[in-house]
Amino acid sequence: MIFKKFSIENKKARDLIPQLITVLALISVIIYFATNAQINMGNRGISFGFGFLNQEASFDITFSMIEYDGSHSYGRAFLVGLLNTILVSVIGIFFATIAGVIVGVSRLSDNYLIAKVAEWYVEIFRNIPLILQIFFWYFAALRALPLPENGISFNDISFLTIKGWYVPKFIWTNFNIFLLSAIAAFIAIYFINSYATKQREQYGKQLPTAIISLSTLILFPLITFLFLGVSLTFEYPVLKQLSPTVYTYEGGVSIIPELIALALALSMYTATFIAENVRAGILGVSKGQKEAAASIGLTKNQILKLVVMPQALRIIIPPTTNQYLNLTKNSSLAAAIAYPDIVLVFAGTALMQTGRAIEIISITMLTYLTLSISISIFMNWYNKKMAIKEK
Amino acid sequence: MIRSIKTWILVGFASLLLVACGQGGGGAGSKKSKTLDNTKKAGFVKCGVSQGLPGFSNADESGNWSGIDVDVCRAVAAAVLGDADKVKYTPLSAKERFTALTSGEIDVLARNTTWTLSRDADIGLTFVGVNFYDGQGFMVRKNSGINSVNDFKDGISACTNTGTTTELNMRDFFNSKNIKYEPIAFEKADEVVQAYDAGRCDTYTTDKSGLAAQRTKMSNPDEHKVLPETISKEPLGPVVRQGDSVWEDIVRWSLNTMIEAEEYGVNSSNASSLKDSENPAIKRLVGSEGELGAAFGLDNDWSLRIIEQVGNYGESYKKHIADTGILPNRGPNQLWTKGGILYVPPAR
Repeated sequence: MIFKKFSIENKKARDLIPQLITVLALISVIIYFATNAQINMGNRGISFGFGFLNQEASFDITFSMIEYDGSHSYGRAFLVGLLNTILVSVIGIFFATIAGVIVGVSRLSDNYLIAKVAEWYVEIFRNIPLILQIFFWYFAALRALPLPENGISFNDISFLTIKGWYVPKFIWTNFNIFLLSAIAAFIAIYFINSYATKQREQYGKQLPTAIISLSTLILFPLITFLFLGVSLTFEYPVLKQLSPTVYTYEGGVSIIPELIALALALSMYTATFIAENVRAGILGVSKGQKEAAASIGLTKNQILKLVVMPQALRIIIPPTTNQYLNLTKNSSLAAAIAYPDIVLVFAGTALMQTGRAIEIISITMLTYLTLSISISIFMNWYNKKMAIKEK
Repeated sequence: MIRSIKTWILVGFASLLLVACGQGGGGAGSKKSKTLDNTKKAGFVKCGVSQGLPGFSNADESGNWSGIDVDVCRAVAAAVLGDADKVKYTPLSAKERFTALTSGEIDVLARNTTWTLSRDADIGLTFVGVNFYDGQGFMVRKNSGINSVNDFKDGISACTNTGTTTELNMRDFFNSKNIKYEPIAFEKADEVVQAYDAGRCDTYTTDKSGLAAQRTKMSNPDEHKVLPETISKEPLGPVVRQGDSVWEDIVRWSLNTMIEAEEYGVNSSNASSLKDSENPAIKRLVGSEGELGAAFGLDNDWSLRIIEQVGNYGESYKKHIADTGILPNRGPNQLWTKGGILYVPPAR
């Protein structure tokens, strides 16, 4: 009985066996590489393990969003690098999307000048290797910035210099109360909006949701300022002399030029691809749709918002997801200009100081994989939400 | 269908066989040197160098490498292969260097690398000696008014290379002085120089020999100066992989031979004429007495070839470091007999 079940005459088994063998072969290859690496490492006296993550890192990092200095562990340094990678990716994605949409729409503009400028922008920035653009913004463009003593001043509260962009620092008291009020405001807005939708769909009543939402968003936090002891003061950067000719700014927050250059290069570069996606999406909506919308008397803005965009988004989102993933992965070029991202801090300095190449590279690869898959999952969810819902 | 199943079964067995082979191979620890055999078979020494540090390892316009680190590799090639030019150079960043060595891409790392306990003991490397005694210093602009490390104040920004002992020393130094500083660490030395030159940072810190060499690359070298203080010990030397003691000995004694040759006044021009010297130490160096090469599986003229083709340490230093104006004064890198600390065990 059992033999017959697995015999070659059995169709199910025939279909299954090659797959099983493929999986086995794949596992064998992986085991082969793993044991080989283990033997070679053993021969060369290299140990394997993740204990180093708890050791003191003993190197400092220029820029960190969490408290860090050299007395913290390698694990903490990893976290600093990861957060910096996420920071530059988020900033990059934000500006790339805005610039991409503007440029993409501009390319379709009836205005000759606007359309041509947008076209030239796309053709120039997408055809130059990203690493060169990063070097350009860092070494060529930022080099043109003045030294701190001649910094470009914005109203004397913010200064742009070659050493960074110094902005006022927010000093909060009872920040968590403020945060809670903001969260409460968003929840309230959500309920107001769903209530308004219900009213519109059931009774045809139009509620002024925009005004109500905006006032909630202002009112809730405002109450915390007036009655709940929340306050906000600013600490402004002040010029400080270090030696007869060396100056810097003290106080405030310094946005390092490495971050500015990297975010600028990443968003300028990725924006070109997003712009093309947007253009494709808008052109992908058939003309008849716009004409039909116009014939029932919708205004130009309404056509764009209610007819064109919802359909265009379905074409735009999937390739734009790719661009977001690319941007995140491209941020690893940060190492070239000393922006302390995960590659520079962890796969660079930490790898060098500990010599644990296999462990650190695996962790770093796994981290990028996790980041990319998270973005992917989110965008797939968003895509599904935007897709045609057939009932 | 059945045919394809057979193929798959074959593939499966083949990969299992591969696994078995992988576990069988790779036994080390015998008296023979795998690295030596491979080098002889390949016909060149695989040498890891810097990406361009004048005086230590630097390529000219036509791609010829020179420097005192390069001379270590040349000496090994002369000893093992009989020709100092039979070297394949691989330029490596600070970050790549150890992985390149442990993975077998290179067999000698001569890349101004500091000998430290953790590097020697922890990551499968063995340091064979010191070919340059260095220390970390700071470079600042002349007009900055900073004349000593004591003039540094909170908020100073310092550029350096990532993945170096420099990065760690810098922290130790600023912490001990209780100065808050901004560390900016680049991967390549050229980028550090560019950023410092542009004014991104107030000081540039690395080994003093490196500062002297990099200063020549600045847009206006005369605007910069190196502060007098030295904040660390940086014994730079060649490194080999752990686990091949014969190869380790060959590299160690190739370097030692160059230093010993200087000590006994043997140089590239007089070496062959000293075969009949009265001094047995000199005779051992030029291969006319003893059987020293046999200990590594080399012939007896190995050391003579090093001296003839590469020169002694003094010649190498003069040619690459002193005459190029990088560090005319030998300082600690003088022989122990002349007030320095270069002292090697006797070749006997």
